Amino acid sequence: MKEEALHPKTIAAQGFRQIDLKKKTRLSESVIQASLFFAGILSILITLAIVYELGKEALLFFNDPDVTLMKFFGTTKWQPGIGQYGIWALVSSTLVTSTIAILISLPLGLAAAIYLSEYASYRARSILKPILEILAGIPTVVYGYFALLFVTPILKSIFGDALQVYNMLSAGLVMGIMILPLISSMSEDALSAVPNSLREAAYAMGATKYEASVQIVLPAALSGIGAAVIIGISRAVGETMIVAVAAGAGPNFTFNPLQAAETMTGHIARISGGDLSYNSIDYTSLFAIALMLFLVTLVLNLVSQWVVNRFREQYE
Amino acid sequence: MEKIYAIETSNLSIHYGNFTAVKEVAMKVEKQKITAIIGPSGCGKSTLLRAFNRMNDFVPGCHITGELLLHGQNLYGKDIDPVEVRRKIGMVFQKPNPFPKSIYDNISWGAKINGFKGNMNELVEQSLRGAALWDEVKDKLQQSAYALSGGQQQRLCIARTIAIQPEIILMDEPASALDPISTLRIEELMQELKKNYTILIVTHNMQQAARVSDYTAMMMIDDQRSGGVIEFDDTKKIFTRPGDKRTEDYVTGRFG
Amino acid sequence: MNQQKDYFPEGDAFYASLRSRYRAAGIWQFIFLSALLAAIIALTALLYNVVDGAFGYIAYEYKKSPTEFTSTPINELTQEELLVILKDNLSAGAYKKLDTEQKMETRSQSDLLSLFMERLVRIDTKGTWSMTESLTRGAEIQAEVAEKYPKATLEFRSWLTPQFLVTPMSSRAEFAGVRTAILGSLWLVGIAILFALPIGTGAAIYLQEYAPKNWLTNIIQTNINNLAGVPSIVYGMLGLAVFVRVLETFTSGAMFGVTDSNGRTVLSAGLTMGILVLPLIIINAQEAIKAVPDSLRQAAYGVGATRWQTVWHHVLPNALPGILTGSILALSRALGETAPLIVVGASTFISLDPSSPFSKFTALPIQIYQWTTRAQSEFHAIAAGAIIVLLALLLTLNATAIMLRNRFQKRW
Repeated sequence: MKEEALHPKTIAAQGFRQIDLKKKTRLSESVIQASLFFAGILSILITLAIVYELGKEALLFFNDPDVTLMKFFGTTKWQPGIGQYGIWALVSSTLVTSTIAILISLPLGLAAAIYLSEYASYRARSILKPILEILAGIPTVVYGYFALLFVTPILKSIFGDALQVYNMLSAGLVMGIMILPLISSMSEDALSAVPNSLREAAYAMGATKYEASVQIVLPAALSGIGAAVIIGISRAVGETMIVAVAAGAGPNFTFNPLQAAETMTGHIARISGGDLSYNSIDYTSLFAIALMLFLVTLVLNLVSQWVVNRFREQYE
Repeated sequence: MEKIYAIETSNLSIHYGNFTAVKEVAMKVEKQKITAIIGPSGCGKSTLLRAFNRMNDFVPGCHITGELLLHGQNLYGKDIDPVEVRRKIGMVFQKPNPFPKSIYDNISWGAKINGFKGNMNELVEQSLRGAALWDEVKDKLQQSAYALSGGQQQRLCIARTIAIQPEIILMDEPASALDPISTLRIEELMQELKKNYTILIVTHNMQQAARVSDYTAMMMIDDQRSGGVIEFDDTKKIFTRPGDKRTEDYVTGRFG
Repeated sequence: MNQQKDYFPEGDAFYASLRSRYRAAGIWQFIFLSALLAAIIALTALLYNVVDGAFGYIAYEYKKSPTEFTSTPINELTQEELLVILKDNLSAGAYKKLDTEQKMETRSQSDLLSLFMERLVRIDTKGTWSMTESLTRGAEIQAEVAEKYPKATLEFRSWLTPQFLVTPMSSRAEFAGVRTAILGSLWLVGIAILFALPIGTGAAIYLQEYAPKNWLTNIIQTNINNLAGVPSIVYGMLGLAVFVRVLETFTSGAMFGVTDSNGRTVLSAGLTMGILVLPLIIINAQEAIKAVPDSLRQAAYGVGATRWQTVWHHVLPNALPGILTGSILALSRALGETAPLIVVGASTFISLDPSSPFSKFTALPIQIYQWTTRAQSEFHAIAAGAIIVLLALLLTLNATAIMLRNRFQKRW
């Protein structure tokens, strides 16, 4: 067949109307589509801006002749103003508080998820879930208040003078409570994604509810739960306000949770909250820490997403 | 002496809230025979089958009236434990649903939770042989059950069920998700199994019912949309000289 | 085949083992439930802790007696009288400073009264007690105060009062309020949403309605999910580097002729917050757009609509409640965020209402942070008061979101 419009006369002669199906340029459509595309691509620009800005300043920091990677990763005192660049002074506290937080939030969050997903009736869920949602919606600075003025005094009555007023234990515990709703809701999603046929198979073999939930459903949801834990770790590492208020206001290389020590995030908050002159080593060092935070959480988030995606495919 | 059936129902009805899904079923299931339940889709075949091992307990709002007797004990009696019921009356589902564990663990898990004290390796081998799967998997017992084909997975589910040595095996369209060759193997296996077990099978495939079963129950929905058994007899009779006009229409394909 | 039958416990033996299995199951069920109970206890403790701190006894002395300044009882002082007293007794410099913040003549009677109490009478707090202490050990506290500070007045005080909401910041906890902080927070979330809502919705429309399925779309999507997980303090650093420093002429208002400001403005903070909530808004808007059934789009295309006409007239109106709900939730996230504001440079002490995007600012969570980290217990009390205000705002926002969601629940 020939792709050529018939001559208008021919069309008219046989009593048809003229029809033009040619492409029209719709300017407004193109403009709109272009701006929507820009809105979509902006998120990439934001990421690039983060990488560029953090990277640029961090590079200034590492290019300082006084800063060596040996000092950065090999020593344990952090005070850039007087030439001490041992990042471990901050990393140790981040590790301790995050570990405590996960030790609290993982068992509690997982148990809560199992109860909500496998045991709770519809009515019980509709009462219990909002409580977790409220917990998730409380601003972290309020958790900081709670850690310093409620949890620390209680811990003080248990540990006595061994516990410093600012301490990683209190901050870690409260951070665990803060992360609990996140872990429980992600784990619950993973558990409810396990097909019902597996539960039925277990029951049909004479399993009790507990045996079916813990020995069959739980292992089947393990990768989703793993993703939840990874996101939880990422959240704990990046959390600022609780540790800024309750964990301590000075770098301290220690793994003793009863002591005060500043985390990476807490350090950024304290130093940037003071008078900070641009181009000082204090300023650029903050960007080096922020870059580390960004990279660590980025990797954790990517791993978690990868795990979730793989898990999803398994049952479809 | 009064004849003892594998399982008997009388006046058995299944309700979802106010709706009666299955109405007044009376069946006497013979020991070590295959009894098929057939009927058009939506007539309550699966619902009825799942009543036999109390799987409907998990459906909110579902309750049972009438009697379902195993050796004279009502399965829905007050002092009956549903876990014990399901241990004695195993089930194979429509779609193969192996646990996300190894082949070995798929078999051993049920035995373990039910307090099995014998030689587990032997039990696994026996059960897999019983399900005609041993030769295909004996070298890869520690591999994930998900690596098996659909037909193999379904036979694994059968092996898993016979490992806990039930009295009765319920099969809910066990071959509907399988290819013809796998289906054939399952049907052959059922003939083997009936030497030791009583089998109840739900199927929408009339040829299958005719091929494998000894007895057939024909189900149909009435004008209130409740399903019921309209005829229960020898399979041969159902397919050659049905007593009910509706059964005749259905088995000869003139239905609907 | 049944040779191993005897290995399974039967009858009574089986029931015995079943009983112990049920017992284990019961114990574990209780443990699972306990986790939720722990969460409930934590939430209760937190709320109790806040309320407990916001009310209670305070013991204070006046540095100078009000009678040294006036013979009229302080409650009956008029605005004019107060003005005179302040003018006469404050140092000229202090008076001038106050006057430049806000013309003294235009200040209200209650405002002037607080200034009078704060600057001249000068309250000296000897101690504060929490609500629980005040209620359970009232007599003891009274005895203790009477003995240690015979001149002190002891009164039960609610730190959260209507006055607290409308009073600007003060260096004395007894006279401080959250007016400046609330206004700052409102400016902040306002700017954030003005920035993030159109862009976020646009990005969501692009991804759901326009984007081809290719590697670029994939990267954008993954990137958005990742941005949602970036720690908020990193956004603060981005804001510091980009809005406060690089774009200083814009964010300080120098471009528009504002001279008395640097980049640490409410505009910088608002834009930073906008970027922080952008991924949340995009993800929520995508969900809302996804929920619009395809049949609607096909119907529109069927009558010859262009893609944008379809989106504008059919998809968006139907997705709007969902998009708004998501935006409100993003707003409440922005309202509670603290870390990025510290980094971007919220002012530690400011009693002036923000009046333009180029104003210095403080915000509710910043005040809570500052007050919580002070050593004196009276600051903890106003921190508790500010927390209640913040939580009440968040509750209102979330309740609105839930109402919106229920009102416009899916109609298909």
